[in-house]
Amino acid sequence: MTGEQLLLLLPLIIVTATAVITMLGVAIKRNHAVSCLLTATGLFLALLSLIIVAQYPAQEVTPLLLVDSFNEFFTALILLAALAITLFSYPYLCNLEDHQDEFYLLIAIATLGALVMVGSTHFITAFLGMETLSVCLYGMVAYPLHRESTAQYPMEASIKYLVLSAVSSGFVLFGVALLYAQTGTLHFSDISVGITQGIANGPGAEYFIVASLLVITGFAFKLSLVPFHLWTPDVYEGAPLPATAFLATIGKIAMAALLMRFMSISGVLDSAAITHVLAVMAVLSIIGGNLLALLQSNLKRLLSYSSIAHMGYLVIALITIDSAMGGANESLGSEAVSFYLTAYVIMSLGAFGVMMVVSDSGHERDHIGHYQGLFWRDPWLALVFTAMLLSLAGIPLTIGFIGKFYVFAAGVQGAEWGLLAAMVIGSGIGLFYYLRIVYRMITPLDHDDPLPVAGIRDVIPHGILLLLLAALIIPGVVPGALMTLLQSVVQAL
Amino acid sequence: MIVVWLILILFVGGALAWASEALDSRLPRLTALIAMVFSLIFVVMLCLDNFPDQLSPGGQWLVLEKWSWIARFGIFLQVGVDGLSLLMLVLTVFLGLMAIGAAWHEITERPGFFYFNLLWTLAGVVGVFTALDLFLFFFFWEVMLIPMYLIIAIWGHENRAYAAMKFFVFTQVSGLILLIAIMCLAYFHFVQFGRFSFDYFELQNVVLEGRFQMLVMLGFFIGFATKLPAFPLHSWLPDAHSQAPTAGSVLLAGVLLKTGAYGLIRFAVPLFPEAAADFAPVAMTIAVIGILYCAKLAFAQTDIKRLIAYTSVSHMGFVLLGVYAWNIYGLQGALMTMLAHGLTSSALFMLAGGLQHRFHTRDMGKMSGLWAQLPMMSAMALFFSIAALGMPGLGNFIGEFLSLLGAFQANHAAAIVAALGLIFASVYSLWVIQRVFHGPYHTPNHSTDCGSEPARDDPHNHPTDLSRAELLCYSAMALGLVWMGMYPQTFLAMAEPTMSYLLASLGEVLP
Repeated sequence: MTGEQLLLLLPLIIVTATAVITMLGVAIKRNHAVSCLLTATGLFLALLSLIIVAQYPAQEVTPLLLVDSFNEFFTALILLAALAITLFSYPYLCNLEDHQDEFYLLIAIATLGALVMVGSTHFITAFLGMETLSVCLYGMVAYPLHRESTAQYPMEASIKYLVLSAVSSGFVLFGVALLYAQTGTLHFSDISVGITQGIANGPGAEYFIVASLLVITGFAFKLSLVPFHLWTPDVYEGAPLPATAFLATIGKIAMAALLMRFMSISGVLDSAAITHVLAVMAVLSIIGGNLLALLQSNLKRLLSYSSIAHMGYLVIALITIDSAMGGANESLGSEAVSFYLTAYVIMSLGAFGVMMVVSDSGHERDHIGHYQGLFWRDPWLALVFTAMLLSLAGIPLTIGFIGKFYVFAAGVQGAEWGLLAAMVIGSGIGLFYYLRIVYRMITPLDHDDPLPVAGIRDVIPHGILLLLLAALIIPGVVPGALMTLLQSVVQAL
Repeated sequence: MIVVWLILILFVGGALAWASEALDSRLPRLTALIAMVFSLIFVVMLCLDNFPDQLSPGGQWLVLEKWSWIARFGIFLQVGVDGLSLLMLVLTVFLGLMAIGAAWHEITERPGFFYFNLLWTLAGVVGVFTALDLFLFFFFWEVMLIPMYLIIAIWGHENRAYAAMKFFVFTQVSGLILLIAIMCLAYFHFVQFGRFSFDYFELQNVVLEGRFQMLVMLGFFIGFATKLPAFPLHSWLPDAHSQAPTAGSVLLAGVLLKTGAYGLIRFAVPLFPEAAADFAPVAMTIAVIGILYCAKLAFAQTDIKRLIAYTSVSHMGFVLLGVYAWNIYGLQGALMTMLAHGLTSSALFMLAGGLQHRFHTRDMGKMSGLWAQLPMMSAMALFFSIAALGMPGLGNFIGEFLSLLGAFQANHAAAIVAALGLIFASVYSLWVIQRVFHGPYHTPNHSTDCGSEPARDDPHNHPTDLSRAELLCYSAMALGLVWMGMYPQTFLAMAEPTMSYLLASLGEVLP
């Protein structure tokens, strides 16, 4: 390994160092503020180091990791999201009557896992990243274990996540083993050679299809696509809000980026069987997620079902990744996936951010009734929340609309009319529950339910909300710059 | 730049109105009024600048501007104003002023946010009437939805949550279908010309083969027909209108419905000439059913605002009929109906709102004989009802007559059956006048059953007649209707170049 390659791994190294330093800091003297500050600084430095990394052309650092613009973009997105969640966590955890510091440790290590996932072109790193992320998430979900009155069932949620996550890892491993048995390699591009030959040459075709489907099933668990979604609402509801936000944003970005990389390199989409399976999962996720979200009055559960639906939209674009048509639109599908992911991260982070600002570890405001009359009690928070919900619903002036437009464009290009019809129906149903929240926020409250007074330590979370609002509206009105960036990012695939 | 300024004034005016509430609760309406007056000045300037020259044949576009926006998809900020757009802008800004007048005393709760929503809706509408890039068009199409939703959901009447949601879901889902249709066109432009384009003029060159063209055209038709609204898609409208505050009803009936009709004239037919020609008999049948069925439903209502809402659907049937006749009479008739209906329905909704403000009910069964107590208001109601039923000499007559004339050339049967709608219109209009304004005096506040003499000084028993400001609003609208009825040439001449252009470009396709 040369010095240059080490330099390319700088973000990973810095995040690892952050975890170690935070741990040492805790060993010397526990201080909540210092731990939070150390983690945030580390993540920020990692983000800065990307400026150096971006100077170099794309190259493989060992066969395990590929540092290209795709990796750099998603690394930046993950680090930004992790930074925001770290800073949101501080006021949330302040009144936890337990040690708070380890939570930041878990955030740093989980982020590391996610970063490994987006850089991997090899099943070893992909699996290591997935497990690092998941193991930390078990801890984060169960974090407020010793409290009674906090998030309702952290232990139950954690066990549920642990068991199902292990099952999904099992699926992935089985699929990988089958692929390895056939090709003798774990590298995506070598597998791709095997897959194309296998599909072309007839007899081995089923074998590859089954193997790829097992891998995709495992990934679908993590993305919580129907019918592998059953854990999602319970885990979202049971986990403390920062953990939920982490799971809903970074968990999804890392997994979706990995899936995108795997699909575009390995060429599994050449097989009609696999596209059909994905299409069925997309339709089920869109319809099922949206319908079930209608029934929820707990916002965490509601957002979990809505995330299922959004992952369904994402899969539509994912299916069209390789329906290349040459010219400027070769990469329309990948661009659509990347854009939608970016949009999804901004809007879910914003929605969970508002919830984190009005909640603390002693009292989570996750019921729709807690937000009644918010428009008149705290217009600023209500404005942010409304903007995020409207973006999730895909209304113009927001990034969510452009994201949906991109997916529509990709779908039309791939002539996926059935999937687009499902998306229209799903978006129509989605309006009901997003607008129901907006309607509750504008309905005056008849009793008194004082919101936590924004103190000095809430300045940073409110500042992040402002940034998220800007990140929601600016690309929603002038999306050109982000589109150009993503176009160059996905060229790397 | 003038169009951009117009839109910016409304956006910024809305934001200022919201901000000014912090200083004084009477400032928002003043800010909104100033913004509206400025927009009116802009629009009038646009008329005066262009019109003497425009009557001579030549370029139909008075304003045509283009800036780059989203290069990735070939999307431009392209706006244009021709005679058709300009008439729609005049209507929008004029009714915007009326809506502020209607809200002036009615909206006392959270006025800042109300005027913010009002102006942003209008900004969206102005954008819809001027956008010539289909993406930009769709963008504004959606921008006007959220503020309208909030107007109904916050300041609406008893069943507002249901009505607002229904309004939003209907328009949004049909909007998504429209978006897919737009995407298909842009994509086929890519296939045929090697790049994405949402440009109105470039998309007219896209050639789609038979069945596919019909499907894409249907996408546009559903999007616009829901907003119009046409017969099977109209069910959101009575709820939204009856639950919205008066200013909201004025905007909905006067302006928002017209965006659907405008979309049909500007996009749905010219972009798909063959499919539209094949579809015309179906569309005209839908129009006829809408005219008759909703006239019948109107007659069955007891809620005065619901009644006016159903008459709106019925009258918009004439617009649909005229558009799909696709000859100069039909198109001009559709346009005149849009303008005249904008004024009459707004005035009627304002009168209904006035009655509700005075008697706290919209139930016609609970009011009668108001003429004695409210002579001016009753006279106005009579005037606008008569206008709505199509009395010669007023704008609605010209519109409906021309629509029928055009339709008769294209489809005899449809025109003959649709003409029955005029008779139904007189039935329900006169019935309302008779029930509410004639007969023995009776209001919910003044029950004759209990037999006791009402106290003389009770203000509820002596409802105030129209104030001077109200009178001014109604007179302005009445004047407009008389102008349209007596000298429609002003409006027909403004729209003529556009209509001829649209007809000429498709002349060889349609009979």
